Amino acid sequence: MSEEPKTPRSRLEPEPVSRRDVLGLMSLWAAASAMFFALVGMLRLPKAAVLSSPSKRFRVSLPQTLAAGEAFTPVGRNVAVYRDEQGVYAISRVCTHLGCIVKPTAEGFECPCHGSRYDRDGVVTKGPAPRPLEWLAVKEQGGALYVDEGASVAAGTKVKV
Amino acid sequence: MSVGTEEKIEQRGSALHEFWQNLKSTPKSFLDTAFRGGAPKTDRTRSTFVFGNVFFHLHSVRTHRWSLRWTTTWGLGIATFAAFLITLITGVLLMFYYKPSPDVAYQSIKDIHFVVPTGRFMRNIHRWAGNVMVITVLLHMARAFYTAAYRKPRQFNWLMGMALLVVTLGLSFTGYLLPWDQLAYWAITIGANIAASPQEITNALGITQHFDPGGMQRLILLGSDTVGPEALIRFYLLHVMILPLVLALIVAVHFWRVRKDGGLARPADADRRLGPAKGTYPIFTEQPKKTYQLAAIVRGRTPAVGNGPEGTVPSMPHLFYGELAVLMLTVLICVALALIANAPLKELANPGVPENPAKAPWYFLGLQELVSFSAFMGGIGIPTIVLLGLGLIPYLDRETAGTGEWFGGPGGKKLAWRSVWFGLISVLAIESFVIRFGWLREWFPHIPQLVITAINPGTLLTLAYGAYSVWCVKKYNSTRAGAMALFTCFLCGFVVLTVIGTYFRGPNWVFYWSPADWPGH
Repeated sequence: MSEEPKTPRSRLEPEPVSRRDVLGLMSLWAAASAMFFALVGMLRLPKAAVLSSPSKRFRVSLPQTLAAGEAFTPVGRNVAVYRDEQGVYAISRVCTHLGCIVKPTAEGFECPCHGSRYDRDGVVTKGPAPRPLEWLAVKEQGGALYVDEGASVAAGTKVKV
Repeated sequence: MSVGTEEKIEQRGSALHEFWQNLKSTPKSFLDTAFRGGAPKTDRTRSTFVFGNVFFHLHSVRTHRWSLRWTTTWGLGIATFAAFLITLITGVLLMFYYKPSPDVAYQSIKDIHFVVPTGRFMRNIHRWAGNVMVITVLLHMARAFYTAAYRKPRQFNWLMGMALLVVTLGLSFTGYLLPWDQLAYWAITIGANIAASPQEITNALGITQHFDPGGMQRLILLGSDTVGPEALIRFYLLHVMILPLVLALIVAVHFWRVRKDGGLARPADADRRLGPAKGTYPIFTEQPKKTYQLAAIVRGRTPAVGNGPEGTVPSMPHLFYGELAVLMLTVLICVALALIANAPLKELANPGVPENPAKAPWYFLGLQELVSFSAFMGGIGIPTIVLLGLGLIPYLDRETAGTGEWFGGPGGKKLAWRSVWFGLISVLAIESFVIRFGWLREWFPHIPQLVITAINPGTLLTLAYGAYSVWCVKKYNSTRAGAMALFTCFLCGFVVLTVIGTYFRGPNWVFYWSPADWPGH
């Protein structure tokens, strides 16, 4: 192993990166990464670990006089509940476009905000809505009916009561 | 104490006498310390007046006469800033009474209206100044564009201006959410769902469970999965703290760059066109007394030592009096509007029943029209394309002909008019077609959503404008011509969609010639 004799560097031929520059750059990078991780830490704050959200499951009692295919809209819930020969079913009234509340009509549903229309099964017939209205889970428990706004089921799912 | 000192005191009068003299002259010496340099009566003290004051020194000491002509700017930038100051002051006053919580927000606005002395007046001014700001910021942008003022070295400042446009719209949006009336509630709902609209794409691709940027944005905006107290306090925070701070920061950069980029854009031969200065202060009344040590670090041509800069006049008083006039005019307009019309307040928010039709404020109705074709494209896609297109203009147009002139560059005013016609006819044609015949979803109910997201009236219109702009680049053999075509078309599209959304959309967003034709409920 033959080693070249090292010549002392002169000030006119400095090292590629001087020692002082390395230390300076390192401190800059340390400061930058500290700031970056501080930012990442701060970004965690806006998303709470537990979200405040009211219960989405509620009890409905359908009126005896409710005709087949007539919408029942429980107060304070954006849901239309129906009863026909095959059973009870619930369709969400939240428009799949931008979340306005659709109005049940004889032909289906219509949205006041951007003009989406749905047929009686919630399938889009007109307007910008990208998806059909959601069908929601209906359950019978101890003789009472419960609808869960948070749980969607396949379209056409009806619960025999 | 030596005898000599006592003699000195004797000479200048007693300490008590001196104290009294100092006290008497304190107001004058206070003013001298606050405004160093004395009254702005010579060019020298006029300069000191500008650079010796933290607020004024954002201006250059001298201003080119071209910049001072009303037709150069129409004072639109200053009017925008004036409107911002008005909203700032009235906004702080409103914060005395406003409470950002769904249970009481609406009541506190009612208190401001009916109980607080001058409360309704202040809220009216706040509301109208916000509207004025949106109008003037758009007009200011159009001015900068049509005078080709975005060109080198002002490219970066054009981007800062675009950022200010976005922040201004953000401030307006977050502002009208705060009263928690029907408008507010449904605007938050729609706004948050537009933020979530990338789901239109991720759902169609079936990857929402793994990658859901839309849902994330919605969650961060609302702070919950429903619109409630968390959402209101977030929008409040954005409106009174985050966005104003961002705006103030960018405004500072924007103003500073105006000065550093050499003042307002003007034609190369502006001096010749203006002719000799008449009826203004002499160009230079004194020879400069400073030596030009800075010349060592100045790039470009050497400063003209001993010669006054041509075509400029002292900013004090010429520029400042003009700015003051614009400020007063803006105040006048806002106050007059506030006296004429009350800021609207609808019924208390009802999460079960949206208004029918549920309309945003006028400046978002063009967007609402686009959103009624596709949530993602109208709310995020097309606005992003428009902003990208506008932001690229100064980097693509590197020509020099026509800088600082209205409709400068190849094509000129004729091209602007031609683009107005093209812009109006294409948007009207596409709108009439949709209103008359509907769109893909009505013809093919089972068509995949991605097809509608990609092909809808909004995207077709954008495409038509883009194609026309490229055609203009070719025809006039100039990028500036293409930019002029594009900007004019976007402007026409914005105006027409806004007018349609405002006057011709009724219940269920159906087209009506007049509100008199709306069906009763």
